[in-house]
Amino acid sequence: MSSNSIASNRWMSEKMDGFDLSPNSNSDNEEEGVHVLAVDDSLVDRKVIERLLKISSCKVTAVDSGWRALKLLGLLDEEDKSSSSSSSSSAGFDVLKVDLIITDYCMPGMTGYELLKKIKESTTFREIPVVIMSSENVVARIDRCLEEGAEDFIVKPVKLSDVKRIRDYMASREVRSVQNQEERSSSNINKRKLQECFDLSLSSSPPSISSSSLSYPSRSPSLTPSPPSLFSSSAPCSPSSLDSPTRRLKMTGFD
Amino acid sequence: MLGWGVDRLRADMNRLLAMLFHQGVLDEQFLQLQQLEDESSPNFVSEVVNIYFHESEKLLRNLRGLLMDREFSDYKKMGTHLNQLIGSSSSIGAKRVRNVCVSFRDASEQNSRAGCLRALELLEHEYCYLKNKLHELFQMDQLRVLAAGVTYPPQPQH
Repeated sequence: MSSNSIASNRWMSEKMDGFDLSPNSNSDNEEEGVHVLAVDDSLVDRKVIERLLKISSCKVTAVDSGWRALKLLGLLDEEDKSSSSSSSSSAGFDVLKVDLIITDYCMPGMTGYELLKKIKESTTFREIPVVIMSSENVVARIDRCLEEGAEDFIVKPVKLSDVKRIRDYMASREVRSVQNQEERSSSNINKRKLQECFDLSLSSSPPSISSSSLSYPSRSPSLTPSPPSLFSSSAPCSPSSLDSPTRRLKMTGFD
Repeated sequence: MLGWGVDRLRADMNRLLAMLFHQGVLDEQFLQLQQLEDESSPNFVSEVVNIYFHESEKLLRNLRGLLMDREFSDYKKMGTHLNQLIGSSSSIGAKRVRNVCVSFRDASEQNSRAGCLRALELLEHEYCYLKNKLHELFQMDQLRVLAAGVTYPPQPQH
């Protein structure tokens, strides 16, 4: 089993039990369309956001807690996975590939803000845009989320126009990613060297490595033959890239 | 004539909806939900609303349980239940129920048991009214679908 074949294995699986996957999701078009991970403890809100996203041509996975979201993303025992090879892979969860995470702010256990922080702390997932939803229109809360790297903040109830705005943003991100990929072909050499180092360390460990630990190098656009990923590191995730002036206008004004 | 029945039902439904909007029982979020219905998801609104009823009744029972306890003091827990109710009510466009919950929450933040009891009674009243009216609406819709199916001569399904 050469290290090359491990690296080129599919790093994503849609075999998921117990989660609300959209019916049209399948492994053939896994790279088409926007895949959104929606997190909300309210079942009513999950149903609504799911429908809003599906009708906007997004694939949706809806979960009820930040904990479950992290588990799906493979972020829960990140420290363990890099060292041990057997215990985490026996959990049976394959890493989910998502293009956007939309989460409620007020949730028991882990708030949306805490989930946002965990995602932004992760080297793999910090590039994924995170949108926060909240029924409370609190400026301090909004600012805190944006400072932590949230892409946008939606005041509930979520409407089709909100989802459309996000969808348009994702589309423009993809265009920018294609342009950047063309410009950055010269920097591929460095990434390949990184891949070689990783492969060396992989081949020295037991073959039963979980697919989730292989997701890090294979996300690099230069290594996969697939359409450009939305994880282009050139796309800034700073609050200044926020393109929702109307929503911000609506959001300011009171505490 | 059944064809006339379908139109009549549709008119009655619209009239009921208009009244509920006029009364402030529903707001534009309910319309938004209706816009999310299509051939692939023809019962979306009633599905979501039924989930809302189920969840709300649990919360209402919890609220009443808390307040009926003579030694009740957990206003924070009450606030949590209310936040959930506020959120879901706003998501389906149940404006009056939502507003009553907000006042209820204000009373709980003032640690006023009497105020909370009053608010709970009002909430239960508003909730019952909403549920009855929406049930009426869905029943009319079901009749309309039935009538529409019977009205026309057999045609190729699409």
